Amino acid sequence: MYTQSFNVPDATDASVPQGAQLKAVAKPVSASEAALQEAFDVRIDADGRIEPQDWMPEAYRKTLVRQISQHAHSEIVGMLPEGNWISRAPSLKRKAILIAKVQDEGGHGLYLYSAAETLGTSRDQMLDALHTGKAKYSSIFNYPTLTWADVGVIGWLVDGAAIMNQIPLCRCSYGPYARAMVRVCKEESFHQRQGYEALLVMMTGTAEQKAMVQDAVNRWWWKCLAMFGPPDADSPNSVQGMRWGIKRISNDDLRQKFVDATVPQAKVLGVTLPDPDLKWNEARGHHDYGQIDWDEFWATVNGHGPCNKERLGTRVKAWNDGQWVRDAALAHARKQHTMKEAA
Amino acid sequence: MSQATPKALNEWPLWEVFVRSKQGLEHKHCGSLHASDAQHALQMARDVYTRRQEGVSIWVVPSNTITASAPDDKAEFFEPASDKIYRHPTFYTIPDEVGHM
Repeated sequence: MYTQSFNVPDATDASVPQGAQLKAVAKPVSASEAALQEAFDVRIDADGRIEPQDWMPEAYRKTLVRQISQHAHSEIVGMLPEGNWISRAPSLKRKAILIAKVQDEGGHGLYLYSAAETLGTSRDQMLDALHTGKAKYSSIFNYPTLTWADVGVIGWLVDGAAIMNQIPLCRCSYGPYARAMVRVCKEESFHQRQGYEALLVMMTGTAEQKAMVQDAVNRWWWKCLAMFGPPDADSPNSVQGMRWGIKRISNDDLRQKFVDATVPQAKVLGVTLPDPDLKWNEARGHHDYGQIDWDEFWATVNGHGPCNKERLGTRVKAWNDGQWVRDAALAHARKQHTMKEAA
Repeated sequence: MSQATPKALNEWPLWEVFVRSKQGLEHKHCGSLHASDAQHALQMARDVYTRRQEGVSIWVVPSNTITASAPDDKAEFFEPASDKIYRHPTFYTIPDEVGHM
């Protein structure tokens, strides 16, 4: 059931680094808590699902609140780079498609906020964490969309990478998150296909249009590879996530899957991927690829990307500008309620 | 409404959404959303949960009006049914020549 069964006041505190929370010295557990933990572990080991009212370790709850709320924030902030192009879409058809896609992203954010709320955090708490900069969202949205080709490349590569990340989450051990992801994944396929198709059309155009596609691919490719997160060797939290059935496939394995899936798509499209080290490795049965610039990635995560300030500023402004609408809707509802009572 | 929780007062109430995917099937829970009142919740549910003709009918129910069974009571609540296997058709052996029954 998607309702708030618990209340964890500091659950959205994303200012504490992930590792610090997970590595905190566990307080001594009582016998009853040990039994609950045992039952939880048995269910996880049997690949069972945890539902909102079930007992769960505090660290599991905190990890999920952080992950699901960050995921939700990413969907909402993700509306901005593409939203910029709605008024400048090259045709009515492309405009209608883009509006539908951006609306989907908003919907995905709403599914995910609802799933996070079942863990006892409130919508206001989560939005507050986003607006004050305490909560993170996917760094990919801190880069600018310079041309129309960026919109196509976001669909093809950014959403393509997101799908790779999201499909395993449909089997996540936390029921509401898994169910939200099933819904999200069904819709993501449209996002990727519309982007790829828009690029296919551009590639039948002028030399300038083709160059525009190649330029967008060049700017986004490495950012997309970084979307899968740090290499497994540098992701100490991944092990715990795997143990809990929240994470199913490692960062590096997902990244490899994405590279292998994308190379033939790039060939059909007629673009090159900007990596001189990218080549098929017969022995591994996979493509080898070059070094990702993790310093640049972390700088962006920590607020120094090209659009961090602009994105957050736009979000906060939209929220503040909408305050009177939210207030008016509540006032109207209360007035209707009072009138009904009086009648 | 309580004055002690001014924060919660600013948040639109939470609603559970049930969608009938097609005529003849039951309404099924599909998620939740915040809305100021029932009519608003219906419109929001239409936008959030049925953008691709996923439904022909929607119910919205205030989340705080739902009473749920507790997970801790699972044993005493549901277990008694597990030793009443005679409630299932497979409990009874019927001669093969009878055929499908």
